[in-house]
Amino acid sequence: MRPFGYAAPATVDQAVGLLEAEGSEALAGGTDLLSLLKDDVERVDRLVALRGVPGLSGIELDGGTLRVGAMTTLQELRDHDGAIAALPALAVAIDGVASPQLRAMGTVGGDLLQRPRCWYYRRGFGLLALAADGRSMVADGDNRYHAIFPEGEARFVNPSSLAPLLVALGAEAVVHGPAGERRLPVEALYRAPQAAGERENTLAPGELLVGVEADVEGSRSAVYEVRQRRALDWPLMAAAVSLTGSGPRTERARIVLGHAAPVPHVATAAGDVLAGQELTPETVAAAADAAVEGARPMSGNRYKVQLARTAVRRALGRAAGMEI
Amino acid sequence: MTDDAKRSGLSRRSFLCSGAAGALSGGLAAGLLPGDAAGAAAVTDAEAPDTVGPGPVEIELEVNGATRRLAVEPRVTLLDGLRDRLDVTGPKRVCDRGTCGACTVLEDGRPIYACSRLMIESAGRSITTVEGLGSPDAMHDVQQAFVENDAQQCGYCTPGFVVATAALLARHPAPSEQEIEAGLGGNLCRCGTYKGIRAVVEGAGGGGVSGG
Repeated sequence: MRPFGYAAPATVDQAVGLLEAEGSEALAGGTDLLSLLKDDVERVDRLVALRGVPGLSGIELDGGTLRVGAMTTLQELRDHDGAIAALPALAVAIDGVASPQLRAMGTVGGDLLQRPRCWYYRRGFGLLALAADGRSMVADGDNRYHAIFPEGEARFVNPSSLAPLLVALGAEAVVHGPAGERRLPVEALYRAPQAAGERENTLAPGELLVGVEADVEGSRSAVYEVRQRRALDWPLMAAAVSLTGSGPRTERARIVLGHAAPVPHVATAAGDVLAGQELTPETVAAAADAAVEGARPMSGNRYKVQLARTAVRRALGRAAGMEI
Repeated sequence: MTDDAKRSGLSRRSFLCSGAAGALSGGLAAGLLPGDAAGAAAVTDAEAPDTVGPGPVEIELEVNGATRRLAVEPRVTLLDGLRDRLDVTGPKRVCDRGTCGACTVLEDGRPIYACSRLMIESAGRSITTVEGLGSPDAMHDVQQAFVENDAQQCGYCTPGFVVATAALLARHPAPSEQEIEAGLGGNLCRCGTYKGIRAVVEGAGGGGVSGG
């Protein structure tokens, strides 16, 4: 690793002040950032350590609202009986991070804001991985794990384990910055960069994700991840669903794909298919087909379209408590 | 020293000492020139925390029960600091990217990848490596069970597996199949000694191996 400075703020305001300076980067669990620094993919002048900042970690279940601090570790969240009982799908999403070491170190904020796993990015070719002649190394190269919903030249996938579920639930991100606090839907944390040097998140310099807040009452939710193997790795495809409505009919369905697009992919058409419908093998299959409408797979990832259909179908089955 | 400073393992005094040493070794001009941004910020904003490094910073941490003091650059990982500076070579440097688990140590009782933690982040905390679990003369139950079940081959992954197994058994003294997979999912063995390691853990239910 190249040399860098290190500051350990005692408050969120101090952290925000330090992060405003160019070349400063927030250090949470470190499991992603340190690898990027070792590989010289990212460079920093100073790390701003969030570990000792009081108030950034903790879990609160207040009525139907779950609040989780950004520095809460995945294991702490997994061990919180109240949170897991209120939102069983969380356990599936967290257990997918199949390493106790990563669960003990990795944080909720770090999971949401980890950098893409695209191997071109990880080899230093940038998020868009454009060759000198402007052609896409991803489109021309090995794209087996890349997006089936690319946006412009952004062809990597959002790697977060928690984001699809949080987006399906309509959760909010709480962000502190130089201008104070702002709240935004979790999906608004993300964007597909279109120019070299642009990031895949919407946080401005000095802004810090301090926590997430989700309404966990009144909906049935589920996560289904498709994996190449059971051992530690990112899934090939993931679907999260959240269903509201009493009785057999679904009032509203939110269906979100992970590992499918540069951002958590909200499959609006799939949700629309289920609005006002009863979940049956037929309606579920129709929703799964709708979820991949408009998919534009590349040379090596056509299989992920079918994985997306399957993930949606099985997530819906889990949420509805039926075998599909 | 305040309680906070004690816990952080970084005293204001050591901040100042390391800052001075850095300025001297890095050339007198560093940090002293008018207009130097970092220097100016330090003077005008008493509230802002110090930025230490990139030179060595004095820290204190507990390793296998002993208090250790050393000066490390912020970029030094816990793994490299343990191995290269403190000569604690049980944790192995294999992938160095938080995947293989050969560097697994306990930090305040929790299993972590020492390669993916900056040593400065462990200041004020308690680290247990495979050496801290037991010695060749007085092996920890898990270490003894690894021997008895022939649960190692080349041995490179073994120290990490032993620590991860101890952490698993401390949480789940008689782990289910699912708990074993979840508890050891962060360690890899290229020799394929998983069968022996599973025997170690499964022996735990009836056989007196424990994480404590």
